[in-house]
Amino acid sequence: MSSVSEDPDTGIPPAEVPDLPPPHAHGFWSRWVFSQDAKYIALQYSGTAIAIGLVALVLSWLIRMQLGFPGVFDFISAEAYYQFITMHGMIMVVYLLTAIFLGGFGNYLIPLMVGARDMVFPFVNMLSFWVYFLAVVVLAASFFAPGGPTGAGWTLYPPQAILSGTPGGTQWGIVLMLVSLILFIIGFTMGGLNYAVTVLQARTRGMTLMRMPLTIWGIFTATVMALLAFPALFVASVMMLFDRLLGTSFFMPALVEMGEQLSYGGGSPIVFQHLFWFFGHPEVYIVALPAFGIVSDLIAVHARKNIFGYRMMVWAIVIIGALSFIVWAHHMYVSGMHPYFGFFFATTTLIIAVPTALKVYNWILTLWRGDIHLTLPMLFALGFIVTFLNGGLTGLFLGNVVVDVPLSDTMFVVAHFHMVMGVAPIMVIYGAIYHWFPLISGRMLSHRMGLIHFWVTFIGAYAIFFPMHYVGLVGVPRRYPDISASFVPDSVATLNAFITVAALTVGAAQMLFLFNVAWSLARGRKAGHNPWRAASLEWQTPEVPPRHGNWGEELPVVYRWAYDYSVPGAPRDYIAQDDPGHRASWSHVP
Amino acid sequence: MSIVLGFVALVAVIALTWLWRQGVAERPWLETGAVTRSPSPGGQPTGRAGLGVFLIVAGGLFALAGSAVTMRMGYADWFEMRLPRVVWAGTALLALSSLALQAAVFAARRGDGPGLARWIGAGAASMAAFLLAQGLAWARMVETGQGLAATPGASFFYLISGLHGLHILGGLVALARVATRLRAGPGAAAPAVALCAIYWHFLLIVWIAMLAILTGWASDAAALCRAILS
Repeated sequence: MSSVSEDPDTGIPPAEVPDLPPPHAHGFWSRWVFSQDAKYIALQYSGTAIAIGLVALVLSWLIRMQLGFPGVFDFISAEAYYQFITMHGMIMVVYLLTAIFLGGFGNYLIPLMVGARDMVFPFVNMLSFWVYFLAVVVLAASFFAPGGPTGAGWTLYPPQAILSGTPGGTQWGIVLMLVSLILFIIGFTMGGLNYAVTVLQARTRGMTLMRMPLTIWGIFTATVMALLAFPALFVASVMMLFDRLLGTSFFMPALVEMGEQLSYGGGSPIVFQHLFWFFGHPEVYIVALPAFGIVSDLIAVHARKNIFGYRMMVWAIVIIGALSFIVWAHHMYVSGMHPYFGFFFATTTLIIAVPTALKVYNWILTLWRGDIHLTLPMLFALGFIVTFLNGGLTGLFLGNVVVDVPLSDTMFVVAHFHMVMGVAPIMVIYGAIYHWFPLISGRMLSHRMGLIHFWVTFIGAYAIFFPMHYVGLVGVPRRYPDISASFVPDSVATLNAFITVAALTVGAAQMLFLFNVAWSLARGRKAGHNPWRAASLEWQTPEVPPRHGNWGEELPVVYRWAYDYSVPGAPRDYIAQDDPGHRASWSHVP
Repeated sequence: MSIVLGFVALVAVIALTWLWRQGVAERPWLETGAVTRSPSPGGQPTGRAGLGVFLIVAGGLFALAGSAVTMRMGYADWFEMRLPRVVWAGTALLALSSLALQAAVFAARRGDGPGLARWIGAGAASMAAFLLAQGLAWARMVETGQGLAATPGASFFYLISGLHGLHILGGLVALARVATRLRAGPGAAAPAVALCAIYWHFLLIVWIAMLAILTGWASDAAALCRAILS
């Protein structure tokens, strides 16, 4: 098993997992298409996720154009509007956020940050991406199918999802959506096995669990959660597919549609809701936990300070992950559940705020008296904290049954979840890209363009979603393409127009980001080795960008945690994780 | 959802115990220097760890399907299923297959190459026979008016046995790959055979659990336990 014998001086144990060379590509296809290098797979995942994310961005523009200026754009019918909101939601939640955090950052960072050469099952990892790619193709194909994509809403609630009144309900739309989800889950499971087992098995010597960066803790815990939660969506999708194609009645009650008795009978739409939200709520944290982890690392590096309360941060991640499996029915308060259930789920929902708040306090205490560098990753990290706090606080409102019932299905809910799981994680994604782009490409992203990108995105996101809370509070329901001729005051129309202008502006700023990436890849300033002076292992590779296999002849040995910044007595303001030389430690500080 | 919650609780207990043993109470900011203990206590082979994680995923999938059945059972139109007899014969074949794979593991440990090949063949054949029995059960159910959309119980039976069958097909593909390694000797194939045997036992346990839920035995047993406890 061992490739390195025990060192009698240091007592470093031999490697338990043999240091096998990763599979080498021999030709065009195995190098550039079916690559088994986790770093390349990460880029494939991210590129595909961003590409389909751009479709979702355009859909959001169309949604906002309809809401801001109803009746002006003839091509946006009510049916098209339902299709836009459905596809926007599904793409953003599943195909962009989940894929980029776990498939993108997970693939790139896990092997590098734990000191491995690659994922433990590289072939399965490669398959994972291609099954995901196929899922995206099937999803995109529904735009061109007869009847267009499904317009059932991203929650796909039956019975309406497979009835003729819903766009795509009795045509191809819903079928392609369900098939795409099933493929996505199969692909994710292949990837998830890799992420989890690599963290379990392939950590280099010295990399104990409690020396792992919080990024890895976040991605690892989210992966385990996803492996447990996605099967619920899988089962629900298969059952709905049976109902739609084979005439079963898992979720379909007896129905009369357009005066005609349908063949369905006896099924329960509530069973679908339970299955969907058993996936759906953990999904929030599947996206949030990697974001929590990454933002912790960004703050520590760019404030030159060790993360405050590392142990509490780890425990909070694990506790949030566990608790998120017993809160799902807070999405179902208006489904007619027993009041005691509502009480139970409200309580568990509020309890989850405790470890979450603990994390926010710890980020702030890390910043406290830190040497804060207002770099782009730090700006985005700060943007995340504020946005997550705002979105989290409205979550406390909605977690209470008596507040949720009147606010249910209003724009308040839309504003809440966009703040907490839309804007906040995307802030982290951008922060992470600005932070790790030098490692990936060897060049820095343009700071000036980045500043414009940050401020327009940050202020713009608040211009969109802050007023939206008020739109919801006056009772404007979600999923209505045109409310201009109803009970709502004129001020809502004005606010809606304002929000639309803000949304279009924020969207344009994202184009600047894409231009920045393309420009910097070719002409960006050379980053050199470890431009942020980070202590974690991914910056300590022999070459930047790291080569296939990541490390040189021997795997690195880890001597400390990833947060040794500004350590008293150390010659530099950081000590790399694989640096054995400095004995300076926090234990000497009173 | 009690079944899947029980499953998640079990996974959580395993995970938390493991985390505790890994030293999550350590204070890494004070513990600088070489670590003298190994990073992965127990030295689990990677394949075994991978299979363990996969079994958690597959177990979760069937726990969720079981939960859906129990939720649906609460409705007035649910009635007890009458499964064709061939299902029980098939279950016996599945158990035999599981035993055969375990015998293959023992043969591999003894270094008994011909025995290993025989037992792998027996395991694969009995598993294929189980799939055949499931196909016959489907045909029998259709003949007796229990088609896919006929009753809620029948729909779940087709769904769950179909999902289970797909997992079996995957297992057979894996076993076929293992069989190709037999030429290199029983020692080379032994770890992979052991993994296949674990998967076979898992498929047997899952199938028995699903049968218990579908036939109502599980809810009868739960009701009995409740009555005893109260």
